[in-house]
Amino acid sequence: MTEYSEQLLKKPLREGWLNRFQVLALLAITLVAIICQFYLPRLIPNTEFLEIPLLLTIYFGLMRQNQLSALFFGAFVGLAQDSLSHLPLGMYGIAKTLVGYFAASVSMRFDVDNVLVRFTLTFFFFFFHQFFYWMMRRALLGQVVPLDPQKILLQALLNAVVAVPLFMILDRMKLSGS
Amino acid sequence: MQEPRVVEAILSRYRNLIILAIVIVAQLLLLAWQVRTTQDVRLIRVWAVTTVTPLAGVTEAVRRNTIGFLEDYFILLDVREQNRKLREDNNRLKMENIYYRNQLTTAENARALSAFQLQTASKTVAARIIGNGTASSAQVVFIDRGSTSGVVKGMAVVTPDGIVGKVIAVYPLASQVLLVTDPTFSVGVESQKAHIHGTLSCNGSNCVVDYIQNEEKIDPGEWFYTSGEDRIFPRGFPVGTAASVKSGQFMKDIHLNLSGAPGAADEVLVVLHGVHQLIPDTPPEQRVAQSLPAPPPDAAPGPATPKMATQADKIKQKYIDIGKEENHVYGAIGGNMPNFNKPAAAAQSPAQAEMPPKPAAKPASPPVVRPSPPPTGILGARTPEPTKQPAAEKKPSHVDNGPVLPLGAPRKKAPPATPPQP
Repeated sequence: MTEYSEQLLKKPLREGWLNRFQVLALLAITLVAIICQFYLPRLIPNTEFLEIPLLLTIYFGLMRQNQLSALFFGAFVGLAQDSLSHLPLGMYGIAKTLVGYFAASVSMRFDVDNVLVRFTLTFFFFFFHQFFYWMMRRALLGQVVPLDPQKILLQALLNAVVAVPLFMILDRMKLSGS
Repeated sequence: MQEPRVVEAILSRYRNLIILAIVIVAQLLLLAWQVRTTQDVRLIRVWAVTTVTPLAGVTEAVRRNTIGFLEDYFILLDVREQNRKLREDNNRLKMENIYYRNQLTTAENARALSAFQLQTASKTVAARIIGNGTASSAQVVFIDRGSTSGVVKGMAVVTPDGIVGKVIAVYPLASQVLLVTDPTFSVGVESQKAHIHGTLSCNGSNCVVDYIQNEEKIDPGEWFYTSGEDRIFPRGFPVGTAASVKSGQFMKDIHLNLSGAPGAADEVLVVLHGVHQLIPDTPPEQRVAQSLPAPPPDAAPGPATPKMATQADKIKQKYIDIGKEENHVYGAIGGNMPNFNKPAAAAQSPAQAEMPPKPAAKPASPPVVRPSPPPTGILGARTPEPTKQPAAEKKPSHVDNGPVLPLGAPRKKAPPATPPQP
């Protein structure tokens, strides 16, 4: 194992993180993320690919490093997103519950402060989220929706690019709250 | 005795995984209940929409009134607002124009005359798109009209250029619209020429018309209209043109270019009460901007020229008519002089006859008696004695514009103009 890989697997200390990231702030940020998902494509065209609620779920899972809180947060964000979509409640809820749980599980093994790790995990989780959502839509709802892997990979790349500065901003917010 | 310990050990070891399974199963049950009963958890949706749409509306209003304010009043001097109003008016007028032209086209054949008399225009309400749906792959938008504006689930949403989608959920102050570009949405369409029916389905911007057999004739560029068979869109709304037409294995492979921009439109119309129309014979572009016919060939100038612009033209025409009547050739040597003092009615040209009569009591130009020089006539002829008549009864035989020489009459040589003294 190289020095760099050991650095990536190093587990940082994150005690008392939730205390600083208050519940109200979480609710406010979730609301802002949902509104961004709702309104941003009207304000800035061609930004439909951005999944800000998903990025928030990944960030919370990675930084919280608690599987239970991450899965509940993912379920909450997903259900809120479902309530503004035209599909039955639970589609995004299940997908984001899994993403939150897995993100928290992965964060126990990697140094999630590393930019490269954040970029790679966001890319992977976005692809997983979209693929799982498409699979559920096809299997549970019986909707024949075409899957375009190239498009999803490109969207995953763009979301990962956006996630890096977004996570830094959220880091700064966390520090400012301390 | 050991079984509870084993269970506790399993629960403690796999606690997170078990809770994850419980949360997933709970959501699956919720999902299954909604799918099975085709009911919705309306309370949660109403809460979410009621929370988010006012914030989005406020955000949109703040954006318009702050950024837009500076641009409107300091940079563009309210041009943007006028442009928006004009665009709204233009959209409304285009809708009316399409409708009335459809009606006029329909009225041209007697078969549809009764339909023309019975039909009334579709009743619509204008709405603004305030946000997109949160499902990334779905083509869903929110509009700022809800049940308080009379919007009901299932209503069609259109623009003057084409169809947009249908209302799939209604809330008090907002509605959810599924765009035609969504993969789960299909529209019944009908070709313009042969009236062949098909089904439009889109995946994003890629739209195809299905269920048209290879034997049917569809030309590239041919217009498709809503057929009304989907019970959503009234018949006769433009949908788009055939971009490519190919024969498939069983059915034709027809790709369609949508005439409207379902995702890019800012203002839409919700059809509150739809009225079916007949498919027009001409495509929308030709109906909107009809080219003028070719101009007529240039007519040869002659006495029948109806238009005369100035008074001098009228007098010239009068003398030409007199000359023709007396077989006089102007400019010829040795010919008789025509009588230019003939009554005006005898020499009145057809063009002058078309002119409206002047009021007798109040002539347009009051007669002016000038002792000298004689107003008209041949140079050298006797000047008739002026008879004393009341000014009102004196009918001028001509318009006094000073001495006017007849065309072709011999003229006095004008004295050489003295050069201006320096």
